Amino acid sequence: MLELERNPLSEEIENLVKQYGSDRPALLQILQAIQKKYKYISDFAQQEISRLLNIHPVEVYSVITFYSFLYSEPKGRNIVRLCRTISCDMAGKNKVESAVKRELGISFGETTTDGRITLEFINCLGMCDQGPAMVVNDKVYTHMNPEEAVNILSDVK
Amino acid sequence: MSTLFENKKRTGPVIFSEYHKGEGIKKAIDIGRENILLEIKDSGLKGRGGAGFPTSTKWMLTAAANAEKKYIVCNADEGEPGTFKDRVLLLEYPELVFDGMVIAGYTIGAATGIVYLRGEYEYILRPLEDYLRGMRADNLLGKKILGNENFDFDISIRLGSGAYVCGEETALIESLEGCRGEPRNRPPFPVNTGYLGYPTVVNNVETLASVSHIVLKGGEWFKQYGTNKSTGSKLFSVSGDCEKPGVYELPWGIKIKNLLEIVGAKDTKAVQIGGASGICIPKSQFDRILGYEDAATGGSIIIFNESRSMLKVLKNFMEFFVDESCGQCTPCRIGNIKLLEGIEKIEKEDFTISYIDNLKDLGRTMQVASKCGLGQSSPNSFISILENFNDEILHINGKGKEYVKA
Repeated sequence: MLELERNPLSEEIENLVKQYGSDRPALLQILQAIQKKYKYISDFAQQEISRLLNIHPVEVYSVITFYSFLYSEPKGRNIVRLCRTISCDMAGKNKVESAVKRELGISFGETTTDGRITLEFINCLGMCDQGPAMVVNDKVYTHMNPEEAVNILSDVK
Repeated sequence: MSTLFENKKRTGPVIFSEYHKGEGIKKAIDIGRENILLEIKDSGLKGRGGAGFPTSTKWMLTAAANAEKKYIVCNADEGEPGTFKDRVLLLEYPELVFDGMVIAGYTIGAATGIVYLRGEYEYILRPLEDYLRGMRADNLLGKKILGNENFDFDISIRLGSGAYVCGEETALIESLEGCRGEPRNRPPFPVNTGYLGYPTVVNNVETLASVSHIVLKGGEWFKQYGTNKSTGSKLFSVSGDCEKPGVYELPWGIKIKNLLEIVGAKDTKAVQIGGASGICIPKSQFDRILGYEDAATGGSIIIFNESRSMLKVLKNFMEFFVDESCGQCTPCRIGNIKLLEGIEKIEKEDFTISYIDNLKDLGRTMQVASKCGLGQSSPNSFISILENFNDEILHINGKGKEYVKA
């Protein structure tokens, strides 16, 4: 889809290109920066990145779809990821999972209707000795129990 | 709550032995390139990520390569389920890892080091960058390191974005180059054609940390620990059913049952060695030793007690692989899905024994036909769990009984 109006995002991406360079290795870093700020990489952003890096938009899209932390669709303002790998599972991940689902009224993979929280699973967070583990944006919480997890999420704005 | 910075005083024979920032670098510059390579060769150090390739060979091949640029990459994409030793090393012992990278750069003639830090560890990024700034201020990084006219070296940190397969070294390089993290055909190996086509050494975090100690204290000192084929010590990430989960430094060659005693594991039914891609060892084999010659591992030890269903454990592992297969080659992309379907059928008790045998054959096919280590190792847990827990999972006794006429 071709969008024509000038968007402040263009300038932002131009600055990122100045910072990371316009060679291919910069692509992932630029995508990560956009993802961090906007929580997803819009069609327009993809188009601008491909223009400035001189690569095909489909290349940009294919990289986004490969990595589980990059999104091409809008997500909630806060991304909550619960570790589902075996050690966290054995430490009681299921109880945390159902409590969080009940409290927010959504399943994993979904976003609350007010756009506040997106729930996702994550594969091994490297906190296997302190499970169940959960990440809210880039903050890690360990030794979760259902009550604590719900309290943490209710404080997220 | 969050306990990221565990301020425990750790002890261990090699990695956790005494070391001060910069010591290894000073010694390295004193003794020179050839002697560094000889010490590492003498130490018998093998890659600590799990594959166990001799570190000195990797370095010698890269040192010998004639190229305009060379790179050192530290593989901190620690994604194997049950592994968290690199997190501990980076947070508590960054001097070991970064000094190891500088030593590697000096030895092979590289001017650039890159740490590929998994996206899940983004919270470690800031402290590490602060640490690198400190190293630059101490002239342990930057131009003319420690006054050495011909040695410039600097380190940058790049983040991953949540892909297990990027721990495979060629996938990691693809990712650094801004592409999908799909493994490459090998050869050519990264030592010849690596990052941006230049010779590149990719080493695990723990390997580089070991190097700092070896250069300072010598290969002889290092190999007094461990066994003949597995020299030195290993960091084990212990989790699951035990009283004291965490990171332990123990010499290679320790028996599984001794490790279980140390970590306070009771009623243990099985131990998964090497994470989801490793093998499952039942109680009857707890006399086996941890080392490259027997049960090799990148350090992940997951303990299951008698209350655990091994079928559920296996299902968790296979769901992981279905999710993390990059999809590039068919054996891995389709094979893992078929193995998971098999587990779902076993759950519903809707299977025949010949079907299970076919699945095990499929697993063995994946072990030889997959393009990279992910697909080659993902059937390991499927095969070893089904073989060792035949009775529990399939409710059949695989041994059979010969009919003896009374």
